[in-house]
Amino acid sequence: MIRLENIVATYTTHRGQVHAVEGVNLEIPDSTIVGIAGESGCGKSTLMKVLYGDIGFPLSLSSGKVDYGFVNDRGEPVTTENIRDEWFRRISYIPQSSMSSLNPVMRIRDQFVDFPATAGRKKEVLAQVRSFVQKLGLPPQAIDAYPHQLSGGMRQRIMVAMATFFQPEVILADEPTTALDVVVQKSILLLLLDLQKEMGNTILLVSHDMGVHYQITRKMLIMYAAKVVEYADTDDLFQQPLHPYTLMLIHSLPTIGDDRARHGLPGSPPSLWEMPQGCRFAPRCPLATARCRREEPPLKEHVRGRFSACHYANSVPELKKTLEAGPKLSEINVMELMAEAERDI
Amino acid sequence: MKTILKTENLNKTYHLGSFPRSIKVQALNDVNLSIESEQPVIISLVGESGSGKTTLAKVILRLVQPSSGAVTVAGHVVAGKGVRPSQTEFLRTVQPIFQNPFEAFSQYRTVDAYLLETAVRVGGMAKDAAVQAVEEALSAVGMEYKDVRGKYPNQFSGGELQRASIARALIPRPQLIVADEPVSMIDASRRMIIINLFLALKQEFQTSFLYITHDLATAYYISDYIAVMHKGRIVEFGDAKQVLSRPQHEYTQLLLDSIPRLDVRWVDLRNAAQNGKAKYVAR
Repeated sequence: MIRLENIVATYTTHRGQVHAVEGVNLEIPDSTIVGIAGESGCGKSTLMKVLYGDIGFPLSLSSGKVDYGFVNDRGEPVTTENIRDEWFRRISYIPQSSMSSLNPVMRIRDQFVDFPATAGRKKEVLAQVRSFVQKLGLPPQAIDAYPHQLSGGMRQRIMVAMATFFQPEVILADEPTTALDVVVQKSILLLLLDLQKEMGNTILLVSHDMGVHYQITRKMLIMYAAKVVEYADTDDLFQQPLHPYTLMLIHSLPTIGDDRARHGLPGSPPSLWEMPQGCRFAPRCPLATARCRREEPPLKEHVRGRFSACHYANSVPELKKTLEAGPKLSEINVMELMAEAERDI
Repeated sequence: MKTILKTENLNKTYHLGSFPRSIKVQALNDVNLSIESEQPVIISLVGESGSGKTTLAKVILRLVQPSSGAVTVAGHVVAGKGVRPSQTEFLRTVQPIFQNPFEAFSQYRTVDAYLLETAVRVGGMAKDAAVQAVEEALSAVGMEYKDVRGKYPNQFSGGELQRASIARALIPRPQLIVADEPVSMIDASRRMIIINLFLALKQEFQTSFLYITHDLATAYYISDYIAVMHKGRIVEFGDAKQVLSRPQHEYTQLLLDSIPRLDVRWVDLRNAAQNGKAKYVAR
């Protein structure tokens, strides 16, 4: 189990310090796929950096620590202090852009064995790599190529191969399929799903696409303005969200076969420099009251295993019904829809 | 009936690499499209990366010369036989919106300078009329001239700047706007503002849109017609709602199966297939 204790991650900028992740307390069970969703700037990538232990100027960890729940070769528990030594072996990272992560002037095979752990047995490791990439649906010769000779989907498969080759306990995937088109995206996601089933590792997946989360994650974490607003099983979260933000995020985009008018989320997230008092989502929330603007709701367990940071979590089902009974696109004047989205906040 | 867009046997071949090793890539392969309508329409062009969507857009915008074939856009001959319009005349009928607004505007010039220049050079307006046209176009996209004036692109968010670039495209009152992936750079929660804006502008400005995207869900939401491209060919064309609810071509079906939907899970489908209960084939 990965335990995050009161994580506060701070960026130092020319304007001073700003918290990109603020007070995250979480327990992530072993061998599950956990999805992290939220708008740009909500702190999801920063949380991934903290988990990966990739902390360096301008990012710093002001307080808290991560306990990964496994031990290193010397039998010491792995925490934020020594996670860097476990890179690639017990924790690995799949980035969004494979083109800027692979070295363009090195063959893939050289990049595979380009670290000290393989010293003295590079040939042996390469033979294993060949059979491994074949299992991932790539021709074994693919590792003899330079990155630019492969297509985007093949490169992303190579990144998945690199991240999973040593069967790490934890895999962090930051928007692994955003740059790919839907057909390739599906094959990569199913590949990740199969590998996870086989190896039983924990995958943390960041994506802005709620459909991707629904397809492959078992638990979900929704972040808003540097805080966790909801944490629950994916099934429950999609069926009955307990935070209005989650609900509106799911309902913001159209789906095929559904003719209801959509207007996205009104307004935009608050600037990290000027956080509103009370609940950070209150200015955009249809359920907000004076209480929301005054006191900040803590993340608490409303139903067993379902955490939500909302004073009115019990009213969210009502809101869901209202949204689902919304008018069809053909029935309304589009100009009104625009006005709704522009609602002054 | 007005012809909004017509292409006849359109081909485009790119030569990649230098002479001895140069390879041919056929980006457009006999593209035949004909859209005629009295009312303005939104046409979606969907397909995977490398299917030729952007090349078709570039040909329509006169940014790329086709290898062969004819193109007519809103009564103007772009390629093939006939009198070609001057660039200014052409830009008064067809305007582009690009994927990344931060690349579309130079970061060393203010956004309002671009808008005014479009009004003066393309719209052929005098200074006063130009300011008024800019004000109108900005209010149509929900922005105000005084908020844009003197600001550089980096002072806007992605969504705002994209709306400014839509306003710029509206100034000459074009009959067709070609929007190449206009929302893919914008946060998912803010995308619908742009999408709904297209619908509103279609009504208000009587402008047709060619909406190029790989997102089938938003294509379903706004478009009247849809064209599915694959390997340089248009494999399916028709009424958007019909094509996407009852696809005829297997490539359209493949695209539809690959969208991460919110009702069925791929894993369940695959398990069911393995149990022999469904006809679904895992690709």
